[in-house]
Amino acid sequence: MSESSPVLQLTGISKRFGAVQALTDVDLALFAGEVHALVGENGAGKSTLVKILAGIHQPDAGHMRLKERELVLSGPAAARDLGIAVIHQHPNLFPDLTVAENVFVGRLPRNSVRGVDWGELNKSAERLFATLGVKQSVSVPVRGLSVADQQLVEIAKSLSLEARVLVMDEPTASLSGREVERLFTIIRQLRGRGVAILFVDHRMEEVFEIADRVSVLRDGRHVITAPVSELTPADAIRHMVGRRLETLFPKEHATIGEVALEVRGLARKGVFSDVSFQVRHGEIVGLAGLVGAGRTEVARVLFGIDRADAGEVLVAGKRADINSPKDAMRLGIVYVPEDRHEQGLVLDFSIAANVSLPIVQRLSRLLVVDRAQERRLAADYSKQLQVRSTGVDQTASGLSGGNQQKVVIAKWLATRPTVLLLDEPTQGVDIGAKAEVHRIISQLAAQGMAIVLISSELLEVLGMADRIVVLHEGRVAAEFGRDNASQERIMAAATGHAEA
Amino acid sequence: MSTLALALSRRWESLLVILLVAFIVLGSSLSPFFLSGSNFSDLTSNLMEKAIMALPLALIIIAGEIDLSVESMLGLASALLGFTYALGWPLWLDIPLVLVAGATGGLLNGLLVTRAGLPSLVVTLGTLALYRGLASVVLGPRSVSGWPQWFTDFGFGDVPGTLIPWPLLVFAVLALAFLFVLNRTWIGRQIYAIGKNKEAARYSGIDVAKMKTFLFILSGVLSALAGVILTARFSSARADNGQGFVLDVVTSVLLGGVNIFGGEGTIVGVVLAIFVIGVLRNGLTLADVSPDTQSVAVGALLILSVAGPTLVRRISAARPRRQLTKPVSNS
Amino acid sequence: MSAQAIDSPSNSALAGRLGLERTLTLVARLREAGILLVLLAVVVIVTIQAPLFFSVSNFEQILLNVSLIAIVAVGQTTVVLTRNVDLSVGSVVGLVAFASGDLLKEHTLGVAGAIAVGCALGLGLGALNGLIVAVARVPAIVATLGTLYVYRGLDFLIAGGKQVSAIDLPHDYLGIASSSVLGIPTLIVAAALIAVVAAYLLRNSGVGRQLYAIGSNPAAAEVVGIPTQRLIFGAFVVCGLCAGVAGVLWGSRFGSVNALAASGLELQVIAAVVVGGVNIFGGSGTVVGAVLGAILLATIENALRILHLSEFWLLAIDGAIILLAVGTDAAIRGYFQRILVRTGRR
Repeated sequence: MSESSPVLQLTGISKRFGAVQALTDVDLALFAGEVHALVGENGAGKSTLVKILAGIHQPDAGHMRLKERELVLSGPAAARDLGIAVIHQHPNLFPDLTVAENVFVGRLPRNSVRGVDWGELNKSAERLFATLGVKQSVSVPVRGLSVADQQLVEIAKSLSLEARVLVMDEPTASLSGREVERLFTIIRQLRGRGVAILFVDHRMEEVFEIADRVSVLRDGRHVITAPVSELTPADAIRHMVGRRLETLFPKEHATIGEVALEVRGLARKGVFSDVSFQVRHGEIVGLAGLVGAGRTEVARVLFGIDRADAGEVLVAGKRADINSPKDAMRLGIVYVPEDRHEQGLVLDFSIAANVSLPIVQRLSRLLVVDRAQERRLAADYSKQLQVRSTGVDQTASGLSGGNQQKVVIAKWLATRPTVLLLDEPTQGVDIGAKAEVHRIISQLAAQGMAIVLISSELLEVLGMADRIVVLHEGRVAAEFGRDNASQERIMAAATGHAEA
Repeated sequence: MSTLALALSRRWESLLVILLVAFIVLGSSLSPFFLSGSNFSDLTSNLMEKAIMALPLALIIIAGEIDLSVESMLGLASALLGFTYALGWPLWLDIPLVLVAGATGGLLNGLLVTRAGLPSLVVTLGTLALYRGLASVVLGPRSVSGWPQWFTDFGFGDVPGTLIPWPLLVFAVLALAFLFVLNRTWIGRQIYAIGKNKEAARYSGIDVAKMKTFLFILSGVLSALAGVILTARFSSARADNGQGFVLDVVTSVLLGGVNIFGGEGTIVGVVLAIFVIGVLRNGLTLADVSPDTQSVAVGALLILSVAGPTLVRRISAARPRRQLTKPVSNS
Repeated sequence: MSAQAIDSPSNSALAGRLGLERTLTLVARLREAGILLVLLAVVVIVTIQAPLFFSVSNFEQILLNVSLIAIVAVGQTTVVLTRNVDLSVGSVVGLVAFASGDLLKEHTLGVAGAIAVGCALGLGLGALNGLIVAVARVPAIVATLGTLYVYRGLDFLIAGGKQVSAIDLPHDYLGIASSSVLGIPTLIVAAALIAVVAAYLLRNSGVGRQLYAIGSNPAAAEVVGIPTQRLIFGAFVVCGLCAGVAGVLWGSRFGSVNALAASGLELQVIAAVVVGGVNIFGGSGTVVGAVLGAILLATIENALRILHLSEFWLLAIDGAIILLAVGTDAAIRGYFQRILVRTGRR
């Protein structure tokens, strides 16, 4: 049941982070008593929009109106006070406090002597959960609760705050089927009470089950908004991926050789299971899927950061026991991580120091680091990868995203690997550098390296990969060859949607 | 090290030099004895045990951890040395044994931090008590004396023909070794990487646990060595030797420019800070201030050396910064 | 769609019908029960060896010894709950003990006045700690390591090698420690009162709950608008006040005070707090637990004396206990974390 005027209206919202334009001129209208789904690929801008609604970021341009009144959110507390409740992907509760305390934190009911009225607190909390139709013990610490239950606590909290707008950012990501059903029942309830709900998701069956209207974001722009009845999942997918005019760097021809890396039935409890694929020398295998599908987790196991619970990894046909990054490196497997700043580089170090870090012991004679050789190495790779800097002594923090990424790649190339695992290598990198990174990847394959390319950018995967393995919720959903792959087919597999 | 970090540490070291000179001037104005050779000898010899312990602690703090148990390890080493010597065992056996004990103590610290994942603050607080307690158990309230001449000469005397106390020579050698390791070797490189970004270090194939454990063991061994030297200097092994040292040792490291949160610091800075504190204490002693009261000054220095940079950082962060990127126009 | 009651799904075989969350609550409550159990075991074992142990007068001795530590432990608990620590408590107790004793000795003030000044001094020293931690943002460990020595140094400065002896102190003052209220020694009553009040406030006041929140998730605390820095400052003030109270009572209990009074007390207090189940990372733990921990440690100390075991073991035991307690807690927490991940709850 929607009213004629929206509860929350966003017009022309734009937001930029450094070199990346996250949102451009986005419009969105939320109506009371309606579930509005927001869909889009990774990097389409959904998270940024949610953060703006939560008051965490301020838009560079555009307007927000709450019930006809102009809205400027100074921070998360302001958003909350105005009745906008946001449930982020990872609940931010107080683990040691009870459920009831968490729901009413900062607003605990008092008794006559100004002490906490525990009876009233627990009763109020129970009442809230009863309204949601959920049996939840309110006097237990949140620490022991599952993610699903913690989410419910957040929902109860928003209910207690009498939020008129509820934003949920990928709430079903860690939920089981039953938990999703329960969540949907509650959402329908809230809708019945007139709450305006923004539901960010990328699982098509869910979206089409719960939502009244759907908005699609692509590359930070609003593509379309339509009632669910007027759109099919396939339509939505098509709008999500769209067609773009830019051309990628043409892929070089590479002779595909022997199997360099084979993964058989690899599993890690609660994260992914029965993952199998092969990578040959000279081949680029794209690992596609949505965030949380388990791609990075597979890479981390291959690189020895995490341990697998089942399955085997074979390197050049031989069973490999990888218990640490050192083991992986010894086998010639290296990993360019997704998070450049937290995992890829020591930002305070120079380019040369970063490039040499994995092999700094090897570069030393009698403990002393051969600085001249280190700089030569860094300079060579800098030239080969066309890193734009003031020199190998420049601090990594001063480089642009694209050049930083090249330094990370250089660092691993210096170890002379046979298998290169790339995790979102062009994320946050501008167009020009992107093409260069693609050129580098292509060349490496031509030189015989076996490459696994984890990427959420479908065009990138389609352009670069010889074969594409799609993960969905920790399982291999589909495998395509270069010739029979398409954006729609990949996205369909990634969202768990049946073949269109 | 990056050029920026280098510039900042140079600035800090210059500040320390100024502070050192200021304290020397102050000291010489307080007492005519201050600038004499024998006073210099006194000053440095009182300092060396703490100085030796400050070196590995600097590496530990740069790597992002802390070791409060150093003074207790010193005491335990002294107690063990006295105990074994009193049993009649020869010193050439006792001293290595004591050093091994130091290594074991450091290993315990290291394992609890890296394997059990406990915060080093709490672990070394516990071992601060544990090791000192064990020292009391080993030696009780008694003191052991009657050491061979060469031993006491080593602790108390100078290198023949010079005014350089033997412990100062030991410290100088160690300081140069640490300077070398931290600045020029792959070990130093890994330590800085771990301190600046533990995750990135791990993802670069560095065995963080092994390196941290090694540093704790090093700290244990050198604390034990300091215990041996102190015993020699006092000609007396006691369980309470080194009590209260942790203040000066930690202050030397933090005042020396090592960042309490890890990733930054130089040996030169620490050495300068050691002498700043030494001169300060020496000057105060000559002015008849008791060592316990001197701690007011050192404690204040400790707090200020951390509060100072933090406050400066907050003040400069609060000031409006010019835009680094041009605002984007909407089309 | 009608509202239907739907059960929380529970996947963990381990937790079974209880539910994992209930298990965790139980473990927390088990902690206090566990301390009592260990206490009982110690009492039984020692009584077998030395029947003298099991007497009212001996237990009274133990509780008297505990009373001052317990008071300080109450303050320390408040600080530790916020994810901080106060290493300077021993120095505060010592400084206040000497200062109030000296005031009485020099007849500068009467008993009531000396007590007031002592408490105010403790409060002030705690406030200074709070300023350094909350305003200057110096990590608590460094800040209170520094003030540990600054305050002790000041103690030495004003003491100047002198000491305050029992003969210097007025009878009323000394009488506090030897007097009783309804048959129970005043000190024990005082400690119990302070513990009860603190326990009530921490459990039931808005501020108390906010302290727990700060320690449990500092970032979230900021987001929900809790004035974290102000509360942390307050926690240090409370800790200083508690240490001040203990310092004021110190002279009465021990008769003589010199500059070394209460040296090393901080380790005993932290051991008690940690044994008592207060999480060193903040967010959980109770005053009751801390007091029980103090009683356990005092019992062990008393037992050592009675069994003629070297008292020198005490410090080592304190250290070992800190390591064991923190280690065990971390192990238990890690175990539950792994279960949560394995059953897909994380």
